Amino acid sequence: MAVAAKAGSQNKSSPGKAGAARGARSLTRRTNGPVALSKDEEVSAYRDMLMIRRFEEKAGQMYGMGLIGGFCHLYIGQEAVVVGMQMASAKGDQVITGYRDHGHMLACGMDPKGVMAELTGRSGGLSRGKGGSMHMFSVESNFYGGHGIVGAQVSLGTGLAFANHYRNDGRVSMTYFGDGAANQGQVYECFNMAELWKLPVVYVIENNRYAMGTAVSRASAQTDFSKRGVSFNIPGEQVDGMDVRAVKEAAERAIQWCRDGKGPYILEMQTYRYRGHSMSDPAKYRSKDEVQKMREEHDPIEQVRRRLIEEWKISEDELKAVDSHVREIVNAAADFATTNPEPDPSELYTDILR
Amino acid sequence: MSIEVLMPALSPTMEKGNLSKWLKNEGDAIKPGDVIAEIETDKATMEVEAVDEGVLAKILVPAGTNDVPVNQLIAIIAAEGEDVSKAGSAPTAAPVAVAAPAAAPAVHASVPATAHPDIPAYDASGEIPHGTEMVPQTMREALRDAMAEEMRSNESVFVMGEEVAEYQGAYKITQGLLQEFGPRRVIDTPITEHGFAGIAVGAALTGLRPVLEFMTFNFAMQAIDHIINSAAKTLYMSGGQMGCPIVFRGPNGAAARVGAQHSQDYSAWYSNVPGLLVVSPSNAADAKGLLKAAIRNPNPVVFLENEILYGQTGMVPKMDDFVLPIGKARIARTGKDVTIVSFSIGMTYALKAAEELATLGIEAEVIDLRTIRPMDVDTIIASVRKTGRCITVEEGWPQSGIGSEISAQVMEKAFDYLDAPVIRITGKDVPMPYAANLEKLALPNVGEVVEAARAVTYR
Ligand SMILES: Cc1ncc(C[n+]2csc(CCOP(=O)(O)OP(=O)(O)O)c2C)c(N)n1
Ligand SMILES: [Mg+2]
Repeated sequence: MAVAAKAGSQNKSSPGKAGAARGARSLTRRTNGPVALSKDEEVSAYRDMLMIRRFEEKAGQMYGMGLIGGFCHLYIGQEAVVVGMQMASAKGDQVITGYRDHGHMLACGMDPKGVMAELTGRSGGLSRGKGGSMHMFSVESNFYGGHGIVGAQVSLGTGLAFANHYRNDGRVSMTYFGDGAANQGQVYECFNMAELWKLPVVYVIENNRYAMGTAVSRASAQTDFSKRGVSFNIPGEQVDGMDVRAVKEAAERAIQWCRDGKGPYILEMQTYRYRGHSMSDPAKYRSKDEVQKMREEHDPIEQVRRRLIEEWKISEDELKAVDSHVREIVNAAADFATTNPEPDPSELYTDILR
Repeated sequence: MSIEVLMPALSPTMEKGNLSKWLKNEGDAIKPGDVIAEIETDKATMEVEAVDEGVLAKILVPAGTNDVPVNQLIAIIAAEGEDVSKAGSAPTAAPVAVAAPAAAPAVHASVPATAHPDIPAYDASGEIPHGTEMVPQTMREALRDAMAEEMRSNESVFVMGEEVAEYQGAYKITQGLLQEFGPRRVIDTPITEHGFAGIAVGAALTGLRPVLEFMTFNFAMQAIDHIINSAAKTLYMSGGQMGCPIVFRGPNGAAARVGAQHSQDYSAWYSNVPGLLVVSPSNAADAKGLLKAAIRNPNPVVFLENEILYGQTGMVPKMDDFVLPIGKARIARTGKDVTIVSFSIGMTYALKAAEELATLGIEAEVIDLRTIRPMDVDTIIASVRKTGRCITVEEGWPQSGIGSEISAQVMEKAFDYLDAPVIRITGKDVPMPYAANLEKLALPNVGEVVEAARAVTYR
């Protein structure tokens, strides 16, 4: 319960500390908590996380209505991870993840309409309806998927870093995977090569405590994922993944390490998934209280919201305006995804080879 | 304007569920995203969320109601300020009801709904003693019973895989096994297919009998090196000293709307490998009898199941020890005009087509391979000698598929008896698309089988 302890203590002390940090926010000096964000940064983190939250809630509802089929893995609860990472990364850096990918795509700036229409399997979807929730890509946004095979993205993400190293173009690959995926063998084959060849890849392990119904402690001999690179000499950190400030700060350090040519870096993001693994979930492997406690005490969006009100004196009305703006975008995406036509039958045979 | 709340689906294969709990009462204010109820199937629970703001005006299906059909009206939410007492009497078209214009999951439209169809009779052609009592069972239960029975009778048998123990199986095939046999024999693994497949093969080399569940066979690709290089070849490489009595089992092929990486049919892949046995049942009785046989067999057996078939009910003989022979096909329907060969879910297309063909006066003989390797070529050839025509049906890809093999065998062994070329009905030669309409097109359908039969019978 490292997340709980850490986030809890920050919350208690945050107003004073953040106040101090505000005056000195250009310094990289660490206060007791993570480095404070500027007002603009807080607002944009709030908006970006809220966008993911509302989008995912809508996707969940549309699934229940039969508009989305198959598997649909929601990112609700984990928003601070990808948003904080993106705050620290630069244009040109790549992102790759597994099937819990909607949040990553939105954070990469991909069009919510295109994402939602892919969930409904329509021609206007990012994969023209052919990929679905788990399989989306964007060359333009340097988003490399969207992968349904647990662990596969780790090797692919290392390959993105290989290309960056080969071209010597200064880009960094942000390779996301879960606590469950972290046990796949190919992860360690890649850790070895990444360090051996000094590839610029940040391995972002999203430890949301469960892989389907399996708690981390039931599947992992070493539950401190930041140590998973130790035998390869890859540095690692455990990060409070519910606190977007902590994520951004750690991400900056990790990305700089990669850009300096020092090789890979591991960030274990301690986070939590509020919803079931996919839409169908037996919900028997954890208690309702546990979920409720995380939501109430560590919600990543609520943390920012509180700071915006208490420290930055932003009015409820201003926040409401952000909320309704986000809601408009999500509703427009849902409308588009519902009314957009299915792909033309001739699409069945396109895109197999080029 | 009031809003209709319909019974949601947890998955495209769900048809009904239980309404376990209401979390809001009539008259309660509701915000978008509020959880208003909990629903449940044998596999999962889900929370029903409100889509819009309003007041829960009326609960139409009380908590504790079982078997509520998907899309049934369960509650009405009145818009803010609307008269709650009036709401419900005349609900207008509502956002929730807009559901599923195109995305209605008509994917396996040709597969009979699992609910309570007439349970097909099981003709075991002499495999069951006369007068044996038959009991209805889902394939899911039959598979579970097969494992449980073999575990009871042989201490060396154990089950291993992802989510097989505490979670009771991702598809609930191992339900109850942990409770009966304990964690020594029902073992949850991390997500490490390559590693645990190797561990199971290693254990099998010492004579233990692992039943290894892959959550789906798509994930067995992580482990295929051990299935082929370690399990299938060791007996040969050791000059017959060291066998590998292991069963690799799990759902194979397309489920519904899960996309290209989760929908592949591996029948042809494993069928290619000497040293493996490959079994793929189409009904509950075969599933039980063949899984028991697979567990007892001294060789590595790849046992390919199908998620869509798991919930289907069939008649299963009530016997202490019902074991079927591996390598023997079953004539599921006799006929004289055309032979249709299939297996697993392909049998649902084949049998439906045979019914339709009967109405056209064409009598199809339908052969269920049951075992893909070794293939019961004799049964196919005997039938083709009689009918002079052969059609194969499978969901896998056409090139080098099971149909291609059957076609070659028929040409080699019954060329002179053929009155028409063999026709292969297969999944289309494309990765599985996600879009509902494209997925439907990618899979075979009953119409294609009927058309093929008419073509080869020139009718
Ligand atoms: C190779 C492989 N094995 C199994 C699965 C089935 N599966 C999908 S997600 C999942 C759990 C992964 O958990 P984790 O890595 O912790 O990610 P999270 O879902 O928590 O984001 C499993 C077992 C798969 N998709 N691929
Ligand atoms: Mg996880």
